[in-house]
Amino acid sequence: MDINDLVTRAEALAETSGQSLSTISRKVLNDGKGLARLKDGGQCTMKTFDTAMATLARLETKHAVDSSLNLTHLQRLEAESIHIMREVAAQCENPVMLYSVGKDSSVMLHLAEKAFFPSRPPFPLMHVDTTWKFKEMIEFRDRRAAEVGMDLIVHINQDGVADNVGPFSHGSAVHTDVMKTQGLKQALDKYRFDAAFGGARRDEEKSRAKERIFSFRNENHRWDAKNQRPELWNIYNTRVQKGQSMRVFPMSNWTELDIWQYIYKENIQIPDLYLSKKRPVVERDGVLILVDDDRLPLRDGEVPMEKMVRFRTLGCYPLTGAVESEAATLPDVIQEMLLTTTSERQGRVIDSDAGASMEQKKEEGYF
Amino acid sequence: MSHLDDLISEDIIAYLDAQENKSFLRFITCGSVDDGKSTLIGRLLYDSKLIYEDQLAAIEKDSKKSGTQGDKVDLALLVDGLAAEREQGITIDVAYRFFSTDKRKFIVADTPGHEQYTRNMATGASTADVAILLIDCRYGVQVQTRRHAFIASLLGIKHVVCAINKMDLVDFDQKVYNDIEYEFREFSKDLGFSDITCIPMSALDGDNVTRGSERAEWYSGDHLLGYLENLDVDSADLDRPFRLPVQWVNRPNLDFRGFSGTVASGVINVGDEIMVVPSGKRSKVKSIVTYDGELDKAREDMAITLTLTDEIDISRGDVICKTDSPCEQADQFQAHVLWMTEKELFPGRQYIIKTANKSAAASITNIKHRVDVNDLSETAVKTLGLNEIGVCTIQTGAPFAFDPYRKNRNTGNFIIIDRASNETVGVGMLDFALRRAKNVHWQDLDVSKKVRAAQKHQKPVMLWFTGLSGSGKSTIANLVEKRLLDLGRHTYTLDGDNVRHGLNNDLGFTKADRIENIRRIAEVGKLMVDAGLITLTSFISPYAQERRMARELQGEGEFIEIFVDTPLEVAEARDVKGLYAKARAGEIKNFTGIDSEYQEPETAEIRINTVDMTADEAAETIVAYLTEHGYLEGAA
Repeated sequence: MDINDLVTRAEALAETSGQSLSTISRKVLNDGKGLARLKDGGQCTMKTFDTAMATLARLETKHAVDSSLNLTHLQRLEAESIHIMREVAAQCENPVMLYSVGKDSSVMLHLAEKAFFPSRPPFPLMHVDTTWKFKEMIEFRDRRAAEVGMDLIVHINQDGVADNVGPFSHGSAVHTDVMKTQGLKQALDKYRFDAAFGGARRDEEKSRAKERIFSFRNENHRWDAKNQRPELWNIYNTRVQKGQSMRVFPMSNWTELDIWQYIYKENIQIPDLYLSKKRPVVERDGVLILVDDDRLPLRDGEVPMEKMVRFRTLGCYPLTGAVESEAATLPDVIQEMLLTTTSERQGRVIDSDAGASMEQKKEEGYF
Repeated sequence: MSHLDDLISEDIIAYLDAQENKSFLRFITCGSVDDGKSTLIGRLLYDSKLIYEDQLAAIEKDSKKSGTQGDKVDLALLVDGLAAEREQGITIDVAYRFFSTDKRKFIVADTPGHEQYTRNMATGASTADVAILLIDCRYGVQVQTRRHAFIASLLGIKHVVCAINKMDLVDFDQKVYNDIEYEFREFSKDLGFSDITCIPMSALDGDNVTRGSERAEWYSGDHLLGYLENLDVDSADLDRPFRLPVQWVNRPNLDFRGFSGTVASGVINVGDEIMVVPSGKRSKVKSIVTYDGELDKAREDMAITLTLTDEIDISRGDVICKTDSPCEQADQFQAHVLWMTEKELFPGRQYIIKTANKSAAASITNIKHRVDVNDLSETAVKTLGLNEIGVCTIQTGAPFAFDPYRKNRNTGNFIIIDRASNETVGVGMLDFALRRAKNVHWQDLDVSKKVRAAQKHQKPVMLWFTGLSGSGKSTIANLVEKRLLDLGRHTYTLDGDNVRHGLNNDLGFTKADRIENIRRIAEVGKLMVDAGLITLTSFISPYAQERRMARELQGEGEFIEIFVDTPLEVAEARDVKGLYAKARAGEIKNFTGIDSEYQEPETAEIRINTVDMTADEAAETIVAYLTEHGYLEGAA
């Protein structure tokens, strides 16, 4: 009768299964404090010992079988996203995946490949191009769409182009509204999409925390925060009338850390802009702006400097601040992100006005 | 933001690998408006070091502007989202928050305690494993606490934490805590929770939230975060029956046909025998396909694609089960319905109901009663209003594969959609089927006589009326058919009127034609019996041999010969249609009884003497015979 063996194994099971020792004690000895007593030199009958050992062996086997099937948090998030994508493919007539070329879009595209494998995702990708994206983003976009074999729709607001709308001439607010928000609405109307996937996450911003995964938009693409459809279990109401549509956020429940961990684990391609290297930048209003092409008008005294920089989010290059960093590999970036103490969207110039601005933008049809 | 983990700075790769094995837990917090819910969540986020400096700076700024905690940082401001409600100082919708520890990632559904927002709590509860009910220790168990506990129970949450909050305001008095714990356990003992944990807490100061409390030294249990980290929900009951609701049929090319969906419960292995509900088709699992390669087995919550060894027809809406324990199917249910919109629910109105993978037209046929969420009392009502819960009967336009909700949260639930506005107007949890097509779906049957008959809940049979012209065959047959129809049976009557004028209009009254006439009627009758109908034939059918032929065409026990025995004199005296007179006058040839013989049956199952009984009595006699011999068993 090796009481030590019993206690050691019970402790090991408690450790690996996350159950408390008293729970296990209750199961094997029918006494929550039994194991503690034995550990302190207590004794028990041979019969009690044999029964306890047999029960413990059974618990160990069950734990081994169950834990071989345990799902990690990333596996659960992935399964949820896949479920959402399949639901759209099965229920919506004309879906599209909005592809913004950022890391979240990269993850979303990867999830779409998984969801429909071995089929190709049964919808096109669409990029609303403001014409001020980083050059690398455009190259990356075209290459990835070709590799995955999905149709790519690129939409540019030609009215904005005709009016020469740009971030320098019109300011960030007008530029974003015309080229991004209006451009998106135009594209959705033009192709009559009834569902559009977006890579937004609930952890990004407070108003997004309350948005449904299937988020209804009226004929004018407006979101009504006070009047959202209840969303229970994994049952999604995909029904819309002509002209109305859904924005669908399959990664609603992911956090920024989840995204990075998943990119690392799944070896997902992301634009190099996320990794640090020497790039020409100018410092303007405290923000480092990449000199991506010759459309950036240099102000008096501004001289592009080569700095080790990377980007935490990707958007229009004149509106996206770079951060100085030595993080040249993905693990370095994640490390830096974890040690950093400011939130992700801070680099985006459009978010830094009043607290509720994102909610207002969304009500007006911003994604 | 930083987890307190040295690995991040020392060995990021080791850290990432360790983080990969994190598990996952979803919980909801609910409480009355001032119970300190947002503060509790803010505290969890804050103490998990998951708040960025810029977010914290913003909150500190906001705390001074609109905070309610004086100089302390108002952590509730971290959580309260939409601009309008921030000004009102209350939470009005479901918000989802995320935080993680080294062990687990958590999703918190923050659900409001406001009276009119029961629907939001149900929304948050629908995906939660644990419910945290906040109780202000100064007020104890309130009406709202009862309501929240009931909704959590209704939505199938098994683990409940009673966070007895604001203990700092009563100096962590153990008696206050004990009284509340006792009261809560008393009233919730019938709510079906598998465990209830009570924790004395001060969310404001952090006692027993993410650390223990010296002020509550009398409390020996775990603090909240410890409880949430250690609760085992992942390996929960993988022994449950396997269910895969088919969401999407995966057909990239003609050589591949897979069935994609998220496993609703249980485990499946390659080689397992499966059955499809409702069709009852069977096959075996050939492969479990994922982008990352084929698997040997898959479990609950995994999104997979199955291929099968046989080419059987499966589409979205079907549920793939293992053959040892398939789910039920039905088109009439009892369910608990929670109504979620201002426009009332009216029984009889057509809605759409949608389960995880199937939609169909449906109507609430009856509201049995409304359940009062405050005291669980039942009231008879005609309609359900916003936030009201009722026990209802539902009729759907197509059969649904399902399990009772208390057995399976993923296959016993549905939402109700308004057909005109497409809004989600209610949700339901299935209790049981009201009328189950017993055994039909259990076997892979081709559609057969038996299946068709079972669908009609009857035993098909041919009632063969024979007798002289004018004996009363058709009159009695019509009465029998009416009576059967009243009993909900499916019937058809073949008689001279509908056969002689169509199918048999090429036949006269010679002996050969009479024989052919009866042969055709017997064959048509056989098809009708095969279709599952109770078939009545009303013809003179004078020859024993043809009647025997008709009998032999039917299966055992499916032919009942009814001799309508009226003596020739009586029939001739009645002469309803004046045919006897014409026959006597020689105007009609081969008239049975006059110049053509009638062979009286000797072994008829039923003999009706029309001299002694009326047509109604005759019909009753026949129906009584059918009842006695088990032809009318089964619910209509």
